[in-house]
Amino acid sequence: MKTQLNDLLEKPHQGQTDYTAKDFKPNVDVRWCAGCGAISVLSPSQRLMPELGIPKEKIAYISGIGCSGRFPYYMDTYGFHSIHGRALPIASGLKIARPDLSVWVVMGDGDNMSIGGNHFIHTCRRNVDLNVMMFNNEVYSLTKGQYSPTSHRGQITKSSPLGALDDPFNPAALALGAGATFVARGHDKDRTKLHDLLKRAYEHKGVSFVEIYTNCRIFNDGAFDLYTSVETRDNYTIELEHGKPLVFGKTRNKGIILDGYTPKVVNLDQGEYSINDLLIHNEKDSTLAFILANMTYSEELPRPMGVIQAVQRASYEERVVNQIEHEIVTKGEGDLQSLLTGESSWLV
Amino acid sequence: MAKTSEHLEEATIRFAGDSGDGMQLIGTQFSETSGVAGNEVNTFPDYPSEIRAPEGTLYGVSAFQVHFGTHHIYTPGDTIDVLVAMNAASVKVNLPTLKAGGMIIANIEGFDERNLKLAKYTTNPLDDGSLSGYEVHAIDFHKEIKAALGELDISSKLIGKTKNIFALGLTYWLFQRPLDATIAWINKKFKGKDDIILANVHALRAGWNYAQKNPDFKTQYVIDRSALSPGRYRNITGNEAIALGLVVAAKKASMPLFLGSYPITPATDILHAISGYKKYGVKHLQAEDEIAGICSAIGAAYGGSLAVTTTSGPGLSLKTEAMGLAVMTELPLIIVDVQRAGPSTGMPTKPEQGDLLMAMFGRHGEAPMPILAAASPADCFDITLEAARIALKYMTPVLILSDGYIGQSSEPWKAPTVESLPEIKAYFATDPTDFSPYKRDEKTLRRQWAIPGFEGMEHRIGGLEKEDISGNVSQDPANHEKMVHLRQEKVDRVAQDIPEAVVEGEQEGDLLMLSWGSTYGAAKTAYERMRASGHILSFVHLRYMNPFPRNLDDILNRFERIALPELNSGQLQFLLQAKYLKRIIGIHKVQGKPFKSRELEEKLVNLLTEKEILV
Ligand SMILES: Cc1ncc(C[n+]2csc(CCOP(=O)(O)OP(=O)(O)O)c2C)c(N)n1
Ligand code: SF4
Repeated sequence: MKTQLNDLLEKPHQGQTDYTAKDFKPNVDVRWCAGCGAISVLSPSQRLMPELGIPKEKIAYISGIGCSGRFPYYMDTYGFHSIHGRALPIASGLKIARPDLSVWVVMGDGDNMSIGGNHFIHTCRRNVDLNVMMFNNEVYSLTKGQYSPTSHRGQITKSSPLGALDDPFNPAALALGAGATFVARGHDKDRTKLHDLLKRAYEHKGVSFVEIYTNCRIFNDGAFDLYTSVETRDNYTIELEHGKPLVFGKTRNKGIILDGYTPKVVNLDQGEYSINDLLIHNEKDSTLAFILANMTYSEELPRPMGVIQAVQRASYEERVVNQIEHEIVTKGEGDLQSLLTGESSWLV
Repeated sequence: MAKTSEHLEEATIRFAGDSGDGMQLIGTQFSETSGVAGNEVNTFPDYPSEIRAPEGTLYGVSAFQVHFGTHHIYTPGDTIDVLVAMNAASVKVNLPTLKAGGMIIANIEGFDERNLKLAKYTTNPLDDGSLSGYEVHAIDFHKEIKAALGELDISSKLIGKTKNIFALGLTYWLFQRPLDATIAWINKKFKGKDDIILANVHALRAGWNYAQKNPDFKTQYVIDRSALSPGRYRNITGNEAIALGLVVAAKKASMPLFLGSYPITPATDILHAISGYKKYGVKHLQAEDEIAGICSAIGAAYGGSLAVTTTSGPGLSLKTEAMGLAVMTELPLIIVDVQRAGPSTGMPTKPEQGDLLMAMFGRHGEAPMPILAAASPADCFDITLEAARIALKYMTPVLILSDGYIGQSSEPWKAPTVESLPEIKAYFATDPTDFSPYKRDEKTLRRQWAIPGFEGMEHRIGGLEKEDISGNVSQDPANHEKMVHLRQEKVDRVAQDIPEAVVEGEQEGDLLMLSWGSTYGAAKTAYERMRASGHILSFVHLRYMNPFPRNLDDILNRFERIALPELNSGQLQFLLQAKYLKRIIGIHKVQGKPFKSRELEEKLVNLLTEKEILV
């Protein structure tokens, strides 16, 4: 149905759209602690926006509450800093109402997996076309250091002085289980890769979930060092590339094979295995995606980074529009007067 | 024997039976036919909260009550003139509300040993003389329908399914209703299933003929056409009226409509209706919970939709944090609470006015919002348009209070023409020069509303306290106090933009009855009856609960005593006493049942005659 609002929104963009990163920096101070991992997501985001070729006013950042929640203030687009755990339903409502917008969601691990857990699984299931960045620092930072649903068992925090008793969520596996069509993982120490991941997330139609390891210097410093620091990460992570064998290691001397359904590390130096024996990554293979996601907390296996799964399913807001259009095509556009009069009326 | 006819001003009929007996269906047919016959009608479906309660039990009785007359009918009726009872349990349950001398039309099949036992009768009330104070017609519906079908080969099972239609036909004879509207309805509903149509049409006629031929039915009752203003009428429930109101409001404001909702009785019908309106371009999300329901609506409002969330008490409590967010971000949003008896899960299918204080104060911090309360099923439509108008004009969430009673009961409604309805305006900020998200319109204090997609006005909003004008996050103490006052002042100013309260009867004096929400029907009926019998009292009904009408203080001070019936323990009473420092006499009922007008009448007569406070 054509509305006056649509008329207003259809006005062509007046200025230019050849932006630079600077155009997305509002005139405010970034108030995260120096060295906070969140800062490392900001610059790739500001660099990415000009590449999208869409007018700035068509972009909206929606966040929940936590240190991560400040993100929209640092992007000169439309933004909404909402309430704890609820960024996804707000963003879903916005995207369903306004499919023309590019909607980005920023959440912490507590925000998304604890209080917002229900919304997370249902947003994944619906496949709303949202670009979701979850800043995982494995701790609650804004409330000053309690354990979170991604904290590991035994983690000492303010609220677990004797060690956390619960096991963590594996966010990637949870997202896959809930039906997310795009699931990826990156970290704050490699901004180029992060930029590429965010770009992939943008290009993916449907929900894109990007888990981003962001170091919290204050309450959980170094939590991801093994996986992110230049010295160790090659041995402890594996970069997934579609169509490429699963190789890792500082000298790219290790790889992953499948033993039944169980991934196993093999050494390529000893002649027993060659690169041709290795498992090939396929983003479209959901079974493989689960196997990869489940490598996350294994001590023996490298932690997968990059795009774990990217499959296509119609996005929710698109289905909403299609259903409306189908109804209008088959039944004709609704006539308000006959709606008011109803099916059985009588004349007095 | 010759039949006589008798004129009545009004009558109440109640169809009662098992959940599967089709009582809601014939109740609806009876009320529509009464509307077509030119009567004013008010109906109330009354059913158990079990989906299919065990047959024959006392708690499994499902009923539909229709009150109709020549003058305006405000309630579904206090007492019953005619009880159609499909089984023993329906007699047991409904006898207390049957008028002395009232009529019982009983299907004797439902009074066999098993049914009597389930209804906890030791002897059959149809035979043991216990119903001697009533006019009882015990009829074997099945046998009569079968006889009417004659040679036609219709299965016994199918005949069993038309018993309700037989009863309907009989009541049509009793009140001289035409059969043709129902026959047309049967033909439409069962199109292509000829045997079902045949059986039902025969059953309907059989009921009518039975009464016509049977000497026990001596009198037909005539209820004259009412003096309704000419126009096209339909029956409407409060929930349907809200759904319609939302679609119309969005259209009038030239905005898309978005509903984010989670099912809960008795609000769900609004979701059902809206989800069927796809061809009107309506979008809806059946969310994973109430929080997601309101949050998705807030997201849609942020994007420029007329956004709505609908719920009932337990859901409203879940929405409170997000309601505060809507207050802080000053976004237009409609929140509908169809109240039910609480606390907690309470009595899901029963009405109560227990959420007024929660609507008013149930948020952290000071988070005022306009609250409107619908008076009747049809009024739900007008209230919804009004809520949309206020939400958009003042950039504020607005809460509509309805309840299970008016949400599900129905009355005839003169369907308005689209053109005759008030214009509703959305105030988008379209000019980037000088734009600040919290710069306000001088008169209404509404902030500037720029939605994503408008060039040059990119800005950030959120739940953190805002700096005046710029909308930047601010912790400044003086600014916070100022913003708290501004948000309150904005809501207060709505009072200048809504009608004054109207006093019916003397403009000053001894006793004023004040009512709000769904108690309107009973209160108005009691008021009119008392006036007709010479009592002196005045009446005000409130539809605006926050802010109150600007002349309310003055009105309250013009009366010595103010009586206030509420389906709670005194929530509006508490608000008025606190705000206006005026003592209010509360009349309370918290039984999950609406007031009867006689109940109120009795209390008010006491107040008038004994000058004592006997409530
Ligand atoms: C309803 C509600 N409960 C609790 C809080 C307090 N709170 C604010 S942020 C937060 C946790 C943040 O942790 P996380 O999402 O991991 O984000 P981080 O600060 O680490 O970025 C909590 C519990 C709140 N704001 N609202
Ligand atoms: S407390 Fe941790 S997460 Fe929060 S801003 Fe500081 S470093 Fe970042």
